[in-house]
Amino acid sequence: MMVFFEALVEALYLIFSLDSEVWGIMLLSLRVSGTATFLAACCGIPLGMFLGLRVYVGKRIINNLVNTFMGLPPVVIGLFVFLAISRSGPMGFLGLLYTPTAMIIAQWILATPIVTGITMAAVRSVHGKYRDTAISLGASEWQLWVTILKEARISILAGICVAFGQAISEVGAIMIVGGNIRFSTRAMTTAIVLQTRMGLFGMAIALGLILIVLAFLVNLIFTMLQEGGEIVR
Amino acid sequence: MTFFKVRELSKKYGFNYAIKDISFELEQGEFFTLIGPSGAGKTTLLRLIDLLEPPTTGEIEYNGWSLNSLTKKQKVTARREMGFVFQNPICFNVTVKANVEYGLTLRGLSQDEIDEKVNRAINMVGLHGFEERKASTLSGGEIQRVALARTLATEPNLLLLDEATANLDPSNVALIENAIQKINRERGVTVIMATHNFFQAKRLGDSVGFMLDGEMIEIGTADQIFNNPSDNRTEAFISGEMIY
Repeated sequence: MMVFFEALVEALYLIFSLDSEVWGIMLLSLRVSGTATFLAACCGIPLGMFLGLRVYVGKRIINNLVNTFMGLPPVVIGLFVFLAISRSGPMGFLGLLYTPTAMIIAQWILATPIVTGITMAAVRSVHGKYRDTAISLGASEWQLWVTILKEARISILAGICVAFGQAISEVGAIMIVGGNIRFSTRAMTTAIVLQTRMGLFGMAIALGLILIVLAFLVNLIFTMLQEGGEIVR
Repeated sequence: MTFFKVRELSKKYGFNYAIKDISFELEQGEFFTLIGPSGAGKTTLLRLIDLLEPPTTGEIEYNGWSLNSLTKKQKVTARREMGFVFQNPICFNVTVKANVEYGLTLRGLSQDEIDEKVNRAINMVGLHGFEERKASTLSGGEIQRVALARTLATEPNLLLLDEATANLDPSNVALIENAIQKINRERGVTVIMATHNFFQAKRLGDSVGFMLDGEMIEIGTADQIFNNPSDNRTEAFISGEMIY
């Protein structure tokens, strides 16, 4: 019990003394996961809308594929990205292995199917509900898509929050492609794993607490957006 | 020239006809009410006219313009000439004013024009003071009035109403009927109104059509249909003998 309290005191000290290593790790995690989620939203929202609204051959198979990719284990993604960007891999010439860019790529691959799948389901349900109303009022196909996007915005935002949550809490993929290098590619989750193994619980708890606070903040922002979306136009 | 014409219009879902060989003509400014039991095909007919679904066979002609085989862009133009109020209308998750503005925004009108048309439509359906209310807080009757205002704001030349007063209390029914009659008489808007309410059909309709099992059984003036129907099935329906 004493070990825990000592570690907790140390953790709070590290956080409130603005320890440069702890805050550096946190900022790297935010940068990597934030960029990956942003890129996932840029690809996933249009892709989800297209897959959800267009009629095409093999729609059921594509649905199943997207759903499967939503649950893809991060270590598997890490393995494939590693093979692709390692020196002997097809993209080895780019020299991305063990860089934050490699971590962004892995988390982008993890997050994109989540945003795509949730967008696809959201626009489909909204389309069924609003299609006739919008087009009978004179909406062109493009205007119908914009209307559907607006009406599905809360669910899509939820999808983005889920994707960010998955990305920032993921360990396996970034451990494989980032290498957990101190002051370079050490993110919060990989640092927690390492510090725990080394018995340095203070920093592990500090990072754990920051991770929990971040999760809370993401949810808070989402709730505020949700309430805002209900009120504003 | 006939303003609106439907010729041998049919719609088949699988092996079943929802409507079969329906033909009728309307003059500009005519008020046509459609009566018939549930499942008679009234809603399907209105949906085909508004180009929400393609017919299996048959032709629709509007103002000398055939609505068959239009391009996507032409369909949008044709739909903007019409207005459709659904039986169970849906409001967008925004304010009442934003809902009523919707069709006008799609047409790219200036904000001044939009404000003027929105205010007029909102007053017509008695929703003055509701402008900033969220649509999700409205009752069924209020939603129906928002849907009507939203359609009237676009100033259609052909107005399609599918049980547009079904969710309203008697005072609001009178308000809406007056609004529809006003635009019909003053602006010469042609109206096709599906209703279960015989009195309404008789009160409003210049002409009345009786539909049964996807077929147009009889068309005539309100007086002919209600006082002197030529078909036994119409008579049975009007007198309440037809159990459906």
